[in-house]
Amino acid sequence: MTDTMYLNMGPQHPSTHGVLRLAVEVDGETILAAKPDIGYLHRCFEKTAEGLTYPQVLPYTDRTDYVSAMTNEFAYVLAVEKLLGLEVPPRAQFIRVIMAELQRIANHLVWFGTFALDMAAVTPFLYAFRDREKILDLFERASGARLTYSYYRIGGVRKDIDGEFVRKTREFLDYFEEQVLPEYHRLLTGNRIFEIRTQGTGYISPELVYAYGLSGPMARGSGVPWDVRKNEPYSGYNRFEFEMALAEGGDNYARYMVRMKEMAESAKIIRQALDGLPEGEYMGKVPKIIKPPVGEVYVRIESPKGELGVFLVSDGSPKPYRLKWRAPSFSNLQVTEVATRGEKIADLVVTVGSIDVVLGEVDR
Amino acid sequence: MDWWPLVWSVIKALLIVTFVLANAFLIWVERKIAGRFQRRLGPMRVGRPHGWAQTFADLIKLLSKEDVVPGGAEKWLFLIAPLVAFIPALLVYMVIPFGPTWVVNDLNIGVLFISAVTSFSVLAFFMSGWGSNNKYSVLGAFRAAAQLISYEVPLVLSMIAVVMLAGSMSLNDIVKAQTVPYVLLQPLGFLIFFIAAIAELNRTPFDLAEAESELVAGYNTEYSGMRWAFFFLAEYANTVSASAIMATLFFGGWKGPLLPPVVWFLLKTYIFVFIIMWIRWTLPRVRIDQLLNLGWKVLLPAALLNIAWTGLLGLVFKI
Repeated sequence: MTDTMYLNMGPQHPSTHGVLRLAVEVDGETILAAKPDIGYLHRCFEKTAEGLTYPQVLPYTDRTDYVSAMTNEFAYVLAVEKLLGLEVPPRAQFIRVIMAELQRIANHLVWFGTFALDMAAVTPFLYAFRDREKILDLFERASGARLTYSYYRIGGVRKDIDGEFVRKTREFLDYFEEQVLPEYHRLLTGNRIFEIRTQGTGYISPELVYAYGLSGPMARGSGVPWDVRKNEPYSGYNRFEFEMALAEGGDNYARYMVRMKEMAESAKIIRQALDGLPEGEYMGKVPKIIKPPVGEVYVRIESPKGELGVFLVSDGSPKPYRLKWRAPSFSNLQVTEVATRGEKIADLVVTVGSIDVVLGEVDR
Repeated sequence: MDWWPLVWSVIKALLIVTFVLANAFLIWVERKIAGRFQRRLGPMRVGRPHGWAQTFADLIKLLSKEDVVPGGAEKWLFLIAPLVAFIPALLVYMVIPFGPTWVVNDLNIGVLFISAVTSFSVLAFFMSGWGSNNKYSVLGAFRAAAQLISYEVPLVLSMIAVVMLAGSMSLNDIVKAQTVPYVLLQPLGFLIFFIAAIAELNRTPFDLAEAESELVAGYNTEYSGMRWAFFFLAEYANTVSASAIMATLFFGGWKGPLLPPVVWFLLKTYIFVFIIMWIRWTLPRVRIDQLLNLGWKVLLPAALLNIAWTGLLGLVFKI
């Protein structure tokens, strides 16, 4: 073929993970350029936040990355607490870590399922959702909600967790470590077709990681040791022993292995947090009306997708002057074009899948 | 004049057509099987028990749908393609022996006929892909064409080895010649045939022409209603016929102790249908270049090797 063809993948397409549009230029099956076109889910989150009081912003953060709502709240409350100079009681910190790591597992389960689905393996998807359901049940028990929790509060968490929650979480962890992960590895990891599809495709070099500001599993899959939980511990992450999931490959397979390992590590963290769960208050001393002093803070956490940063400016009023949401998916998505150049259409789908993009977070 | 053989043939033909149409029930079967694999129940609502009437509900829905022809489509290609897919799928059953005498027409070129007729399916894919005026469809059609060329050759070569052993192209003669199932003499040949047949059927892991996660629905993206259903029925009819051919060529067809021949034949056939479904719901999809590599660099040399092995068998052991 002498002419190249323009292919419009999305915003309605079975595997664009929401409303991503990819403007693809192909020569037969080979991709010459695949440009992500975003903005179909823009909801003016940052601007809206300027018109709301600090506690009122919280539910909106749930709706950025709706697959891992807990960690979004986590980043936001940490930022406000830093502005206020608030102390958070140890029990609340532990509960926050438990929830964040459960959320990480839940998020990676969704990713695992959709990643396999991008390669037409339908069954792992349903297995992953079966197991995610158990985490959602735990969240429902703790917060009353199953997707957008509003569970973290400025100064602590909304509700204490009870013995039943602890027992059920342990039950889930046993099930998860002994049955779920080995089952997934048997189902997909050693599969030859899965290997040839993921190994060597969607290669991202460590230089690209730095150039594009990639973070999370995208960076660690290329051998860049960057995990905010390790490098800049927050909320007492330095109390827990866990390994940073790292792989050298830089391809889709490496990112897959990083996430699989991360789930196992998260389970370890939750165990430690449950064992060491201190007694005491679950909510700190918070003023009735939250009016932080004039100033600005930048707080970052390790969300399941990467480095989630919140830049918050206060002018002394009860409403934030400016909120900037540094979404990991947004930065990670930009690498699509470089990572897929010269590959096949099928690889593009897999590579976009390996980014673990949630458009709610990209567009905000 | 004796009319009886003719009447008897018509009855047999009708029975076989009924059998083919009954395969529409495989839609329900596959959904149930997939459900079990995925820890679901599958269809439960339409018809008790276990939603057995789901197929009828599907058919009524499809029949009542609008027959859409997209703007800018090559109308004739677009309209005819589903029939081009469906009719060859039926024709294959003509030569398959369901029992010692249960065969519509025991052609003495049966194997050749099968390989000729099944190749038609790619023509249908190409007509629908090209006629749809849709980029995904065109990509699906290209893939189907590339796939056919690389799979037809090892498929036919693996069948030739069987013909060499049996000394006949008639499927009934091949069954009769099998004192032991040929899979024991032709393990490699069977493996090649099995892989190539799945590729020919466009089923996961080789469903590249359809490739939902990449090409939306590939060659049949623009089809709806009964025209789409014809593609779908053709797919199921082909699955059953490929399984039947596997049973016939490699597993002794209707041969078997105790039970009547037809029962043996159906049993063997549906075991393969089940295995094909099992594979579909377990494996991911390969990429087009990997598929072509597998066809040309692995299956084709292996098929040639298999023919050499078969020749050796004939020469040394006089089988």
